Amino acid sequence: MSAKKPRLAVWKFASCDGCQLSLLDCEDELLAIAEAIDIAYFPEAMRAGVRGAYDVSLVEGSVTTPHDAQRIQDVRRRSKILITIGACATAGGIQALRNFRDVREFASIVYAHPAYIDTLATSTAIADHVKVDFELRGCPISKAQLVDVVASLLAGRKPATPAHSTCIECKIAGNVCVMVAHGTPCLGPVTHAGCGALCPSYDRGCYGCYGPKETPNAPSLSSRLAELGMDAGAIARVYSTFNSNAEAFRQESERHGAQNDQD
Amino acid sequence: MNDGVILSCADLNALIESLRAEGRRTIGPVARDGVIVYDDLESIDDLPAGMSDEAAPGHYRLARRDDDALFGYAVGPHSWKRFLHAPVQRLWRSEGERAAARVLAEPLSQEKTAFIAVRGCELAAIAVQDRVLGEGETVDRHYRARRDNAFLVAVDCGTANGGCFCVSMGTGPEASGAYDIALTEILEGEHRFLARAGSEAGQALLRNLPQRAATAEDIRAAREVVARTAQHMGRAMPVGNVRELLARNPDHPRWDDVAARCLSCANCTMVCPTCFCTSVDEASALDGSGTARVRRWDSCFTMDFSYVHGGGVRSSVSARYRQWMTHKLSSWFDQFGTSGCVGCGRCIVWCPVGIDITEEVRAIQASERETEARHGNA
Repeated sequence: MSAKKPRLAVWKFASCDGCQLSLLDCEDELLAIAEAIDIAYFPEAMRAGVRGAYDVSLVEGSVTTPHDAQRIQDVRRRSKILITIGACATAGGIQALRNFRDVREFASIVYAHPAYIDTLATSTAIADHVKVDFELRGCPISKAQLVDVVASLLAGRKPATPAHSTCIECKIAGNVCVMVAHGTPCLGPVTHAGCGALCPSYDRGCYGCYGPKETPNAPSLSSRLAELGMDAGAIARVYSTFNSNAEAFRQESERHGAQNDQD
Repeated sequence: MNDGVILSCADLNALIESLRAEGRRTIGPVARDGVIVYDDLESIDDLPAGMSDEAAPGHYRLARRDDDALFGYAVGPHSWKRFLHAPVQRLWRSEGERAAARVLAEPLSQEKTAFIAVRGCELAAIAVQDRVLGEGETVDRHYRARRDNAFLVAVDCGTANGGCFCVSMGTGPEASGAYDIALTEILEGEHRFLARAGSEAGQALLRNLPQRAATAEDIRAAREVVARTAQHMGRAMPVGNVRELLARNPDHPRWDDVAARCLSCANCTMVCPTCFCTSVDEASALDGSGTARVRRWDSCFTMDFSYVHGGGVRSSVSARYRQWMTHKLSSWFDQFGTSGCVGCGRCIVWCPVGIDITEEVRAIQASERETEARHGNA
């Protein structure tokens, strides 16, 4: 390993801070991470930051304001490697639900003085604004995957974050398929792996926190969800959560949302 | 090896006890989470007595029988593959850095096991994996060690579920092949088991169990169990040369049709008892003090699996489904001299959208016949 430790920055955009907490949650590994890299900027965990250029930037959150749209350009300029962490940064997050409605109307309901709110009509992924070198999925991200991404950077190898279905994780774990055996609606077959099939391990259907897997076939899954008794509105809603603005989920919720509106 | 002996339920329990007394981990069918899985069992009390399974494409439910059969169901989502070809297997790890680095091969499993209630289709599947992983020039040492340490207690199927098509694949419902002991559960009259040894180890174990000699009536009743199950298959692989049918239809429009339904989720390959594909990941320590190579189940349905420089070879789902099904039913013969499908039906039942491999074959076959008929009439 080189003598000079890579400098790391952690940036926050529109988000709940949960993914940054996953980094703090590393606990035992955090000491090893701090040994191996120089955590130079991390407002969630440190009082003062070091300005300048960074070898690696972890970016949490989506772009929802004109100010953030500018700021991400600055982050990109300062970063050799830019990694987005979490559903907000990779897909726009839960706040991307605004993309389907009128955000001014929301603001008028929520805020006493909506005129002070300077926000964009949409919540968008970091990759919609700047070049992203690697995207780590999840809401929140998996601490094990984050550690692996950092370890892979240090070792100069590919991270082990396969883009296949959550079903593979379920089957490796020996879980029983909740959809086939219990008739529980589950997004596992169209969802990116990474969580270790957390919900199906506790007898729940997958909520799709990691967003669409590679080559997802949401229309076919939706047909099956309909056979299991979900109406168009319910199908539209299962795709309208943390990754509602990810293309495959957005198309599917819009397809069923439109049908539902006609009902 | 012999006509067999008759064991009572208590004698069957003695069989499990003897296996445990040999220091074996006894694994068999256990009802859990609404299905029958393979898990540790200590006695016949752990078996799913009086339970059955209802299966259809994309659908599985446990049901109650009106008797106390111990093996009155077919196969669930698990196969013995989990215990022979482990889902995750570290291959080696290294310690130290630079000149001091040492590579340490992962020790082989020493665990002695006994698999209780291995079905005919599963014996066929184990034989397939023996050929692929356990024999020849490139033996998987981990598979071989687990296989050599396993004692197989097979059982003839007394019930088929909606996924079963072993008869059309020639693998069941009777247990045949490399078992140590095979059982037939007889419910007619006294609840009993016809047991026959298939190996010297099986014979030695059986000899020491409480038992009585099998009568002609016992043997007739046992044959009837198998014959009755064979009459109640859930489905059938179409008759005809499927191997050549698929080999000559790489561009059939049905591949696109199935791709519209296929989720490329890989469940079929995970539950398939013969699918053996894996990937190897590097797991390096943060501080660079060591690394490991870890093998895990993978699938021809993932993009990474066919990744070579520049991208995945099979980017379309139709190409991936075709690869899987054609390998299973056609090119497997070229590669390994057998079918890769044993007719267990798991890929059909555990497909979330219920794609049926036999139906896909039938559709391609039917379209060919239609074309032939049209040309014949012209």
